[in-house]
Amino acid sequence: MIERTATIASSVGLHARPASIFAEAAGELGIEVTIARATDPVDEAVDADSMLALMSLGVEHGELVVLRTEDDTAAEALETLARILETDHDA
Amino acid sequence: MQNFVGVGVSRGRVIGPVRHMPAALAEPPPGEKLASSKAPETAAAALKEAAAAVKAQLLARAGRVEGTGREVLEATALMATDPMLIKAAVKLINAGTSAERAIWEAGESGAAMLMGLGGYMAERAHDVQDVKSRIVAQLRGVPAPEIPDADAPFILVAEDLAPADTATLDPNKVVALVTAGGGPQSHTAIIARALGLPAVVAADGVGALDDGALVFVDGATGVVSTEPDDAERAAVAVWQEQASLLSVFDGDGRLADGTVMPLLANVGGAADAQEAAAANAQGVGLLRTEFCFLGNDTEPSHADQVAAYKGVFDAFPGQKVVVRTLDAGADKPLPFLTDTSEANPALGVRGYRTDTSTPGVLARQLAAIADAAAQSDAAVWVMAPMISTAAEASDFAALCTEAGLRIPGVMVEVPSAALTSRHLFDHVEFASLGTNDLTQYAMAADRQLGALAALNDPWQPAVLALIQATVAGAASQARHSSAQALEDTAPKPVGVCGESAADPVLAVVLAGLGVTSLSMTPRALPAVSAVLRTVTLPQARALALRAVDAPSAAEARELVRAGLPALAELGL
Repeated sequence: MIERTATIASSVGLHARPASIFAEAAGELGIEVTIARATDPVDEAVDADSMLALMSLGVEHGELVVLRTEDDTAAEALETLARILETDHDA
Repeated sequence: MQNFVGVGVSRGRVIGPVRHMPAALAEPPPGEKLASSKAPETAAAALKEAAAAVKAQLLARAGRVEGTGREVLEATALMATDPMLIKAAVKLINAGTSAERAIWEAGESGAAMLMGLGGYMAERAHDVQDVKSRIVAQLRGVPAPEIPDADAPFILVAEDLAPADTATLDPNKVVALVTAGGGPQSHTAIIARALGLPAVVAADGVGALDDGALVFVDGATGVVSTEPDDAERAAVAVWQEQASLLSVFDGDGRLADGTVMPLLANVGGAADAQEAAAANAQGVGLLRTEFCFLGNDTEPSHADQVAAYKGVFDAFPGQKVVVRTLDAGADKPLPFLTDTSEANPALGVRGYRTDTSTPGVLARQLAAIADAAAQSDAAVWVMAPMISTAAEASDFAALCTEAGLRIPGVMVEVPSAALTSRHLFDHVEFASLGTNDLTQYAMAADRQLGALAALNDPWQPAVLALIQATVAGAASQARHSSAQALEDTAPKPVGVCGESAADPVLAVVLAGLGVTSLSMTPRALPAVSAVLRTVTLPQARALALRAVDAPSAAEARELVRAGLPALAELGL
């Protein structure tokens, strides 16, 4: 399993447009990626490609999250997703 | 022929084909089981297929709209195949629930979860409910509970319409709304008025109309009838003509008897002027020149001024452009011209009066206007703001002559100018009534004070009497100079360039009082023109006299409105 930590850059948090951009990108990867708050246990992680799940997580601007995948060859994919989180899509 | 009578809630007459709003989707009964003949894998596959189809439909819809609507639809489309939603539904299917009931329950819990989060999330709960219903409709093979998507414009018939139903309503597609239920304050009525769509509510029985049947709808009388006859077709044609009158001005201001009443625009720069020309204004009745000066610490150069004025003149080749010279002071202070320490700036050194405290600025502005006029094809007239006496009018006219400007005029904003206009016209060629300031000075009510709004009403009979006096002064001056010259002289023109000219009802009164042109925000041109064309000059005169004689502004307005039955017909 590999992990990547990212800070939410969008001013509205991981809702609305930023969430849909992220979910869509995660869905296109073809690998299973989960997302959770850095402070939450691993079993509370949710599917990164579910808009509904992302919204239920309710992560706000400036919060730290962890992306995880069981696919050890997917470091690059995690990096791509982390970059999306670290971009302010409301700017 | 079938005839239905409901309550007309939004005016307009139209003929078009009926399209029914699909009935609200019935909830799959709780506990609905998967048919024993169906394998859970098959049902799950069918569900995924239906979800993908709904996603594709929503994306196709999103492709046809722009802006925020598009983003909302795209986000909703994504929700249709949301892994969390589908996983939850598949879990229920595997436990023996029908696909319809499974997605329904998964959607309900997803929406409930979002509602619980509140704020923005709660608003998105509707999207989940929406995709859930669409997927169930897709699984059942029935139309989704939404406004039908048709190529040709149609009349939408429904039991009643909720805000969610009308959010995607395209006024280019839907030409009228008819509901079996609802009332005059229903959402249907409100949305119809906002969109300017004819609408009839509480028309019992319309649910039985055939889909695609041609019907006549009258949003004033509440009549809905099938097989429209010639009289109904004619009524629709009359309405269309009136409606187009209210949306576009044809550039020909006149009364019902042909009396000419040029309708011009108030502008504050070249961009405004181009917009006004596109709205078919017959010229500019008020060019505010402050745009050239405001925000400047120093006087703009001759070249800058010439370029700025020419930009406006070029939008109206061969037409009249009335330039108001710098009107600084009071609510428009300028550091190099006005004294902000005045205790009472509305009654201070403002408008034309700044020429006495800071001579030269006005003469240089007039020179720039003259140069710009010489370089363009517009007929340029010039007027000074805040003229109070005949002596000031005479001085201003002399400055204009010096600059080579042939048609000097005055703004009539001060009651003394209105009452002595006969003498002012000895020196200038026209007057333009600035009714905003004229009202504030006649009523001694600061126009910036909300508490005095009732006094600051151009319908105040005192203000109307001052307008009447200004016109009478022009006639009296014409008679006097005719007697001297032993030939007939026409009275000099008196225009109006205040907000009052933009009120279509007051425009009738102004025409009746003898005003010869009206200048307003271009947006107001179609309505003012439409109302003026419903009255003859004698009718306008009679209404104007009633307004001047009224004991109060409210009564003046009521008396005139009562004399203009066309207002109701035009929906004004």
